[in-house]
Amino acid sequence: MADYYNSHDLARFPEIGGNAPELAKKFFEWYGAVFADGALSAREKSLIALAVAHAVQCPYCIEAYSKDALEKGSDLDQMTEAVHVAAAIRGGASLVHGIQMRNQVTAVGM
Amino acid sequence: MIPLAASTEQRARLAALPLRREFHEAAAAAGYWPLTPASIGTLQINVGKLCNQTCRHCHVDAGPDRREIMTRETMTLCLDALARSNIATLDITGGAPELNPNFRWLVERATVLGRHVIDRCNLTVLMTAGQADLPEFFAQHRVEVVASLPHYRATSTDAQRGVGVYDKSIAALKRLNDVGYGDGRSGLRLVLVTNPVGTFLPPAQASLEADWKRELLRLHGVRFDTLYCITNMPISRYLEWLADSGNLDAYMRRLVDSFNPATVAGVMCRSMISVGWDGRLYDCDFNQMLELGVERSAPQHIRDFDAAALVRRRIVIGRHCFGCTAGAGSSCGGSIE
Repeated sequence: MADYYNSHDLARFPEIGGNAPELAKKFFEWYGAVFADGALSAREKSLIALAVAHAVQCPYCIEAYSKDALEKGSDLDQMTEAVHVAAAIRGGASLVHGIQMRNQVTAVGM
Repeated sequence: MIPLAASTEQRARLAALPLRREFHEAAAAAGYWPLTPASIGTLQINVGKLCNQTCRHCHVDAGPDRREIMTRETMTLCLDALARSNIATLDITGGAPELNPNFRWLVERATVLGRHVIDRCNLTVLMTAGQADLPEFFAQHRVEVVASLPHYRATSTDAQRGVGVYDKSIAALKRLNDVGYGDGRSGLRLVLVTNPVGTFLPPAQASLEADWKRELLRLHGVRFDTLYCITNMPISRYLEWLADSGNLDAYMRRLVDSFNPATVAGVMCRSMISVGWDGRLYDCDFNQMLELGVERSAPQHIRDFDAAALVRRRIVIGRHCFGCTAGAGSSCGGSIE
């Protein structure tokens, strides 16, 4: 079985349009527009992308946005804090479900 | 000095890379071949390689051990050239130009001639012995200070320029602010220059400037006028670092693939002449470090300066020139686009 993740596959991303070119065109145009300077700067958006990449644990995205964050002018301290934000939300999301657990226990326990 | 200190070694290393196109081909496709000057608006003088810092990316290979330094006699020739031309700007670089013992004399004489003077400052030199009054000197002579600072935070700055450089740089910026630089009212212009701390292209200048202004004000109460984003050139210490870290091929490929034809019109060699510490003439400071002098048919030394002849020259190019035309472009005045 081949490896699931190959770093060189990142550069092949446009091939996803092979069987649905119109959809891919719309996606990539929208994607480009999302990351342009707007109410948030391109640098801030890149840090958000880096954090989300860690939350969804996408190695392609982590590679792409580690480099992109540097290119947009962030430093490693800022990038590390962004990863902590992702980790905090992931951890917090698990922990807050403990309330669901407590609800179940309250419902059936003594 | 670094192992790649010899310019011939640097040129050979660049020439050996497998690139898909040459710079003259790219310039031709953009409609700028042969590449010629549009004017000579700036005389850029490298007054020596002596510096109080030893930055990892330095294209000059400058440092405290360098002894190449421009004499007052050569400076006089530069001033004579200014006096008999209509070149508006004297751009002084190094090394740390302020460490040349005749630096202040040069500035004073150039301002007497009515020329706009730019000092390319590493900031920390203001904190060295005997230089405490530099901010007042700059202000008195209305010198535009173009100061290097890789990042508005310490981590990247110290990684590139040495431990402790960030704190000294911030202290120097505060002293410049104290005499009016960067206040937006006095006309004392303070420019910061950032270049990538790694193997990537610089950020978009306009987008980043607002971040920098907000963060330097928030973190330190520091103000400045403009941010220049410049690309690291694949020569000297940066070339050495690229080669040692295994990034040279990919970086050059990136520069070539990012060639932006819209930047060629604004490359700095089209509007300046560069003078070496020994008076020899070059198309830019990068060609100077690669010892690629101006075209042989043009005047070769500042003593023979002839603006009319020099503006007719063909600019000498090489593969490193892709560094000035990648992405948004890069020049002594920041990004080109």
